[in-house]
Amino acid sequence: MSETAAQAKPAAVPIEEIESAVIRFAGDSGDGIQLTGMQFTTTTAFAGNDLSTFPDYPAEIRAPVGTIAGVSGFQIQFASRQVLTPGDAPDVLVAMNPAALKANIKDVKKGGILLINKDTFGQANLTKAGYEKNPLEDGALSDWRVIGVELGRLTRNALEGMGLTATETERCKNFFALGMTYWLYDRPMDATLKWIEAKFKKNPKFVEANRRALLAGNAYAETAEIFGHHFRVRKAPIKPGIYRNITGNEAVALGFVAASSRSGLPLWLGSYPITPASDVLHELSKHKNFGVKTFQAEDEIAAIGSAVGAAFAGMLATTTSSGPGIALKGEAIGLAVMTELPLVILNVQRGGPSTGLPTKTEQADLLQALYGRNGECPVPVLAAATPGDCFFMAYEACRLAVKYMTPVMLLTDGYLANGSEPWLIPSVESLTAFVRVPVPALADFKPYKRDPETLARPWATPGMKGYEHRIGGIEKQDVTGNVSYDPDNHERMVRLRAAKVGKIAQDIPATEILGEKKGKVLLVGWGGTYGAITTAVQNLQKAGKSVSSIHLRHLNPLPPDLGDILASFEHVLVPELNMGQLLKVLRAKFLIPATGLNKIKGQPFKVSEIEAGVESLLQGGK
Amino acid sequence: MADIQDELETLPASGPMLTAKDFKSDQMVRWCPGCGDFAILATVQKLMPTLGVKRENTVFISGIGCSSRFPYYMNTYGFHSIHGRAPTFATAIKCARPELQVWVVTGDGDGLSIGGNHLIHALRRNADLKILLFNNRIYGLTKGQYSPTSEIGKKTKSSPMGTIDTPINPLALALASEASFVARAVDTDLPFLSEVLGQAARHKGSAFIEIFQNCIVFNDGAWDSVTAKEVRDEKNLKLVHGKPMIFGKNKDKGVRQKGFDLEVVSFDPAAPPRDLLVHDEKAPAQQAYALVHMGEPVVQGVFRSVERPTLDALMTEQVAHAQAEKPADLQKLLKGPETWTVA
Repeated sequence: MSETAAQAKPAAVPIEEIESAVIRFAGDSGDGIQLTGMQFTTTTAFAGNDLSTFPDYPAEIRAPVGTIAGVSGFQIQFASRQVLTPGDAPDVLVAMNPAALKANIKDVKKGGILLINKDTFGQANLTKAGYEKNPLEDGALSDWRVIGVELGRLTRNALEGMGLTATETERCKNFFALGMTYWLYDRPMDATLKWIEAKFKKNPKFVEANRRALLAGNAYAETAEIFGHHFRVRKAPIKPGIYRNITGNEAVALGFVAASSRSGLPLWLGSYPITPASDVLHELSKHKNFGVKTFQAEDEIAAIGSAVGAAFAGMLATTTSSGPGIALKGEAIGLAVMTELPLVILNVQRGGPSTGLPTKTEQADLLQALYGRNGECPVPVLAAATPGDCFFMAYEACRLAVKYMTPVMLLTDGYLANGSEPWLIPSVESLTAFVRVPVPALADFKPYKRDPETLARPWATPGMKGYEHRIGGIEKQDVTGNVSYDPDNHERMVRLRAAKVGKIAQDIPATEILGEKKGKVLLVGWGGTYGAITTAVQNLQKAGKSVSSIHLRHLNPLPPDLGDILASFEHVLVPELNMGQLLKVLRAKFLIPATGLNKIKGQPFKVSEIEAGVESLLQGGK
Repeated sequence: MADIQDELETLPASGPMLTAKDFKSDQMVRWCPGCGDFAILATVQKLMPTLGVKRENTVFISGIGCSSRFPYYMNTYGFHSIHGRAPTFATAIKCARPELQVWVVTGDGDGLSIGGNHLIHALRRNADLKILLFNNRIYGLTKGQYSPTSEIGKKTKSSPMGTIDTPINPLALALASEASFVARAVDTDLPFLSEVLGQAARHKGSAFIEIFQNCIVFNDGAWDSVTAKEVRDEKNLKLVHGKPMIFGKNKDKGVRQKGFDLEVVSFDPAAPPRDLLVHDEKAPAQQAYALVHMGEPVVQGVFRSVERPTLDALMTEQVAHAQAEKPADLQKLLKGPETWTVA
């Protein structure tokens, strides 16, 4: 019997059944907010709910304590139904200080619960957060249910006599708060207790301290009867199977390793640390037992240079970055296009331009991915839709790169990279096999003699006797690959490179349409907006609206059936976290009067924002 | 020279003996007539068959510039990459396939200006690359602008009133970057160039060789003050490991230490002074640093050659270690540390 159950008292407090809940933890970036959120997530997953998370943290590692700039947040939506987004508005906000309250209060549902660490509401912290008066006392929070708790004092009481320093005690207060939220949503604490034990294995004192804080918070929530009642969210009808929680960055890394394993090509990652892509480098550097070689380069250019070199040497080459880094890689991407070497370039998009909003999400690098290089320089572009989908798209990007001998750009974003969802673990055997153009017998070998079906050139690598050849960035003579300045040859090669990328269309599966195949409004999305768009469309369909949606994972080339689908709807609405980049592409390619629905705040779409956009279109308001 | 030949003969043979001709590609060499690059190319092609490395295991990588056309003329694997970035490609090729011998051909603009950063890191990482930097103190391919090694005050197309940039010493940069092999040779003394390149090829680690090279069109005579027949012997000191630093046609001049600096002394060849410096390739880098800065004589040869672990070997070792520690089970990896079952 679990410790939690053993301690449980008869349920004197009523339990209310609810379908879904959204909770946001917020505090200083040193308050352990992300950790608290991840613990709540694991426990929620084990409880059988569907869920989606969204960490939102500042660019500064430790911004001045108590300031708005230093507020870190973690939001989770969980439900007894399908969940595709972290939720529009929190039902519960856990605020560890005045700045956390100030930064988040506008998002919280009216009537929702504010669980506030009262200890921190002294004059100094109030001033730092920009409060002239104490909001706990001046009635500013009358729209919400305020539950003020002296987290610091209560945690100190719980840990008294353990011989901990004041700082060590202070660090446990997030677990006191976590214990309270576990009670509020009737969650077992076993998973977190197990985690505490594993995490602090080497320091039994910390195991005991965190354990005590968690249990004390839980007991306090129950005995002090501060909430009145608590909630229960039943299991969601989820597809049977074995699940894990996964973030987009983890999923990309695993997708690369799986591609390496399935193709038999050892993996190379050349990367330079950049937010929010660095976690892919961290993750892959842990998997050297799969033959992975990771190289932290001196800069972004060296990172992709190394990847192109590794590809020339016969490895499955990847490079990972974010927008500013991709800008620096442009010339080398062109070289990979010219030398027709397989390579995957990951762009975990963030707010731009320039340094922009490093820790926030945006979709404003689509045109950069499609066109951001000198010359006619076609690159296939893929985009992942959810954190778990990052695995499949990373795998697919590798597969296409090798099959067509081309660099491939994979777009994710900060929201997908750091957000997580339960992931039905695929069986290795279910992954599509890799194919490669065979290197012909020596007598038949020319470096640029193409396979007629894919237009890919053969990949002869150093060490192959008799196949010695030279490649480079100067225009290539068709077939031989020698340097050529011939005008006709240049036009032929430009068209051949474009035709080769165009051939990838034959690998794109039929586009799935959510809803009717024709009707009034079609929403066309791509990338990390999948959850918000899908949820909005499902809600609108339930309300009887003629609305369908498709979500593009292939942006170059576009799916071959796209033109017909677009033509089957009266209106095409394109929601994007940019000024309308896919919109431009669709208008240019299909000559349709598509409409944009755009947001550029560094934050993902809310479901309600998409719904409002569709309603407005249906009413002819746009 | 003699002991180097001995070493060459002990290298493993690789099937039928190849000749310089086997290392010539079918492409027409397109440098200006009289360019110093021709001599360097011929020297390298001649050297290759003596190194005991299979042709298919030899790779030449370059960036952009006149020197960077080099790979097209070698019948080995070759990659003419982008401006300044050759070391990045080369580093990965060597790490991906440690059995390859990887050469980088660069120039003073490509290697020290646009690619300066990559050169530093390729050297400190000791990726076992053989880096040849052709120094002609001018931009040739872009038709005559000053380079990072152009002497201050030099009048060029982009500096009609004379340059105001202080030049960089390529070897000092290499030493500061912890290069494990640092050498210098000139394009007019081919036996010596060949000897230095041979040593570089056999060095286990990144080797950096500055080659004084004449650009006949945009900077003709750049090295005449050092290389002209009349002054050659008097103005050049060729280093020999373990031998005192003596130069001059009559072997009547030498180098000795003076405080933190070096000085030239003249003497009767029959009775050289006892305090002449004896060249030691393994000496602390400070000595090499002083030598690379000597204006007269100009010092040639191998300044420094020390052994330390190479990047490719260390990387291979980490992978092997990880593989021995933990079997590569992909399905297990996908599962991660925590799973739950939905029935």
